[in-house]
Amino acid sequence: MNATTAAQAADIVAALLFIFSLAGLSQHRTARVGVAYGIGGMALALVATVIVAGRDISAGAVTLIIVATVIGGAVGVWRARKVEMTQMPELIAVLHSLVGLAAVLIGWNSYYEVEAHGSGQTLIAHDLLRIHHAEVFIGIFIGAVTFTGSIVAFLKLSARIKSRPLTLPGKNALNLGALAAFVALTIWFAVSPSLGLMIAVTVLALALGWHLVASIGGGDMPVVVSMLNSYSGWAAAAAGFLLNNNLLIVTGALVGSSGAYLSYIMCKAMNRSFISVIAGGFGIEAVAGGDTEQGEHRETSAEETAELLENATSVIITPGYGMAVAQAQHPVAALTQALRERGVQVRFGVHPVAGRLPGHMNVLLAEAKVPYDVVLEMDEINDDFGDTTVVLVIGANDTVNPAATDDPSSPIAGMPVLRVWEAENVIVFKRSMASGYAGVQNPLFFRENSRMLFGDAKQSVEDILRALSSPDSGSAAPRSGPRTTQQPTPV
Amino acid sequence: MSESPPQQIGVVTESTAGETRVAATPASVRQLLGLGYEVVVASEAGAASGFSDDAYAEAGARIGDAWQADVVLKVNAPSHEEIGKLRDGATLVGLIAPGLNPDLLDELARRPVTVLSMDAVPRISRAQSMDVLSSMANIAGYRAVIEAAHAFGRFFAGQVTAAGKVPPAKVLVAGAGVAGLAAIGAAGSLGAVVRATDPRAEVADQVRSLGGEFLAVEVEQESSTDGYAKATSEAYDRRAAEIYSEQAADVDIIVTTALIPGRPAPRLITAADVASMKPGSVIVDMAAAQGGNVEGTVSGKAIVTDNDVTIIGYTDLVGRLPAQASQLYGTNLVNLLKLLTPGEDGQLTLDFDDIVQRSVTVVRDGEKTWPPPPAQVSAAPAQPAAAPAAAPQAKEPRLSPAARYGLIGLGMIMMFLLIAISPTQLAANFTVFALAVVIGYYVIGKVHHALHTPLMSVTNAISGIVVVGALLQIGHDGAAVTVLSFVAIMLTTVNIFGGFAVTRRMLGMFSKG
Repeated sequence: MNATTAAQAADIVAALLFIFSLAGLSQHRTARVGVAYGIGGMALALVATVIVAGRDISAGAVTLIIVATVIGGAVGVWRARKVEMTQMPELIAVLHSLVGLAAVLIGWNSYYEVEAHGSGQTLIAHDLLRIHHAEVFIGIFIGAVTFTGSIVAFLKLSARIKSRPLTLPGKNALNLGALAAFVALTIWFAVSPSLGLMIAVTVLALALGWHLVASIGGGDMPVVVSMLNSYSGWAAAAAGFLLNNNLLIVTGALVGSSGAYLSYIMCKAMNRSFISVIAGGFGIEAVAGGDTEQGEHRETSAEETAELLENATSVIITPGYGMAVAQAQHPVAALTQALRERGVQVRFGVHPVAGRLPGHMNVLLAEAKVPYDVVLEMDEINDDFGDTTVVLVIGANDTVNPAATDDPSSPIAGMPVLRVWEAENVIVFKRSMASGYAGVQNPLFFRENSRMLFGDAKQSVEDILRALSSPDSGSAAPRSGPRTTQQPTPV
Repeated sequence: MSESPPQQIGVVTESTAGETRVAATPASVRQLLGLGYEVVVASEAGAASGFSDDAYAEAGARIGDAWQADVVLKVNAPSHEEIGKLRDGATLVGLIAPGLNPDLLDELARRPVTVLSMDAVPRISRAQSMDVLSSMANIAGYRAVIEAAHAFGRFFAGQVTAAGKVPPAKVLVAGAGVAGLAAIGAAGSLGAVVRATDPRAEVADQVRSLGGEFLAVEVEQESSTDGYAKATSEAYDRRAAEIYSEQAADVDIIVTTALIPGRPAPRLITAADVASMKPGSVIVDMAAAQGGNVEGTVSGKAIVTDNDVTIIGYTDLVGRLPAQASQLYGTNLVNLLKLLTPGEDGQLTLDFDDIVQRSVTVVRDGEKTWPPPPAQVSAAPAQPAAAPAAAPQAKEPRLSPAARYGLIGLGMIMMFLLIAISPTQLAANFTVFALAVVIGYYVIGKVHHALHTPLMSVTNAISGIVVVGALLQIGHDGAAVTVLSFVAIMLTTVNIFGGFAVTRRMLGMFSKG
């Protein structure tokens, strides 16, 4: 065993630990152990690499490594401690951009180490040189697209720029043109490397990343974020090819396929192809028929809702992005607890694309201390709506739209949705009658068993809580004896 | 805006014989006060419903002469003398039944008053909270079952007792409107087996939602546009009659609720059907006042036939639950007044552009305004015409199996060629890459949806592994490389530390109930 073989062994063990880490995350029970595996793998990989690298660099360089690590680590831990759970999508987007930028820098370094020396370089065997040229370009390209794409995603998620899709004329042609130009530049660079081409490809990729994500609307962000997750993985894998490092390749491939799989789940949950999301423009063609009123909606009050909840046997809450925006997760959790104490069965139904990040709602509810075993996903809960007394739709719209199943001409036709309308009563928490992200009017609001509770979701839930706890709430009869069920009224 | 003194609402004593209801309860008085009105309640107005004058006074009402108020709330249509008691310019609210009492309407219109008829509330969703017919029908339906249970000599629920087995009672409810549904719910919760019929097939789900079985009459039937059942076709009637005959011989209780507005009640159960029923069976005919759905019904009375079947034809089912009826009626009135008092300032205003307000107003300032222009409402499908045309393009074409296999095959060949022409080192890299992608796909496929956010932050952290590249580059080949590597190390360590830390923080939050 020498240092090199030891480092290789460490790489393989680290790669295995990363796989265990992701496998551990499959269940709540094993998730924390999974993270521990990941940390272990990372520590092992870093230590091995520093030892190997430290043998032939100066003490000054080692100091620089330590300084950089301390600064980066401190910033990372600081952000991780401080971030609000509602801002997780933004944090994730920023982290993606960092990987992308690092990949670009590594690509440039590799250029300086190899191509900049012209034929005088000694690092790369002659027959692999052309391949190395191409790898530099591929690495920079993926990294730069990830970088600017994530920056735009971050800006959109944090509402620093409008989340409306940018629609340049011929945007698909622009994207495809950029790809074609990239292929051409790569071939050119492989034949005769030059600094000008390096700059050209970097600028091209940065512009493409920006345009790609700018053309996608805010509601598609779950797909975009998981797509960028995937890209950041491919960027790491490309760096691995570039440096002939298996650990980077394995890790990059794991992350890349992970992000791709998440994107696939999100797309399936919206009944759309990945291409159509990337091509963007969803909702634009839908406006034509979308704004027409479809009937009368009825309002309800917090007091009436409280009374209804108090007398319910089963309640399902379906949260959406609106809950995160209103920061309503804490009062919702308190309401859940209050109802559970009264013997009402309360569960949550989470649509895969609820929120701006896969699993975002789960994290918000977990933050508010809602037990995770009452938070169910769409397929687990969809058959139970028929036996449910009250459904509270908090900040969700398109994910509970019956038009997806009933109306074949709807832009969201075929999208799997939470079938809330099968419940006896549906209370929709909403600011106004405006349509959801998809620009599609929601017939749910005009259903016989639906009531609208207008206002800020957080405020509304707090009002319900107050009405619940106050002793003279409506006809607050003690819950004894048989209960009368609310009679549906034929019209 | 001028500040007018608040208007007075008067709650009068009902004069109709046998009426037990009152137009406001102490609870609804409080709500009326909340709308800015003053409330005057006639002495003993609520006595028959069990509400004392003291209770009204405590709620904030004054006890006094309610007929002199600006707005008079009533249950039944006023008598000749009562119309005379109204002051000029007053508004009267009650159940006027303008379609059935044209003479009364004319008499009211001779006075300079405004009359709002609660039974003229249109059957649209928005007006449901003021729909007296629904709220009263709900009560009547419930009471019908209670009356039936009272007259029926046995349990409703099936039981197995030490003294023997009791089969559950079988209840047939004819007509699944509001009253019918209430009866289905009440009979069901007493434990009976409930069946229901209705010409409107669309109510089947509502019947089932209350635990009843819907007996469909399988003939063509046009759906109604105004929310009420229509008169039925001949073929339908024949088939329905067969069902009623079959059911009469089988069930223990029949509750009939069939009414068609402006016409005598349809005859559903013939004398022969009644004769075929088991001794001890009970029929409650809720349409008795309109002639009855059952042959042999006596309006207002309970009779027993030769074969010992009790036919109950009470017309005061609602009045037999006075407190409940007054409470719901009072709430309906409050909801109407909420609509008529947009400023909550105690000033009643009528807006004839609003379909609800237009419909309920039968006399305005001494001018007859009934009938209102028709309002079209229906729960039936509204716009089927436009839908199919746009449908085909909505769906993206799926690849045919052949094309899919072709693509996969092509991908494999490309992959093969790429690796075959690669130098050994690159081929080895590809091997590792391909296997890792497959592993990644299967591992991630098992991740629980709820953990997708932690999954993303962990993958964020481990994709910080690109730091390895920068670590191997730093210190080599001049200042530029070192500076870029330094920056790269800094960026990626943010990822590594931040990603793991935030994941741990999130997972720490997930707790089991």
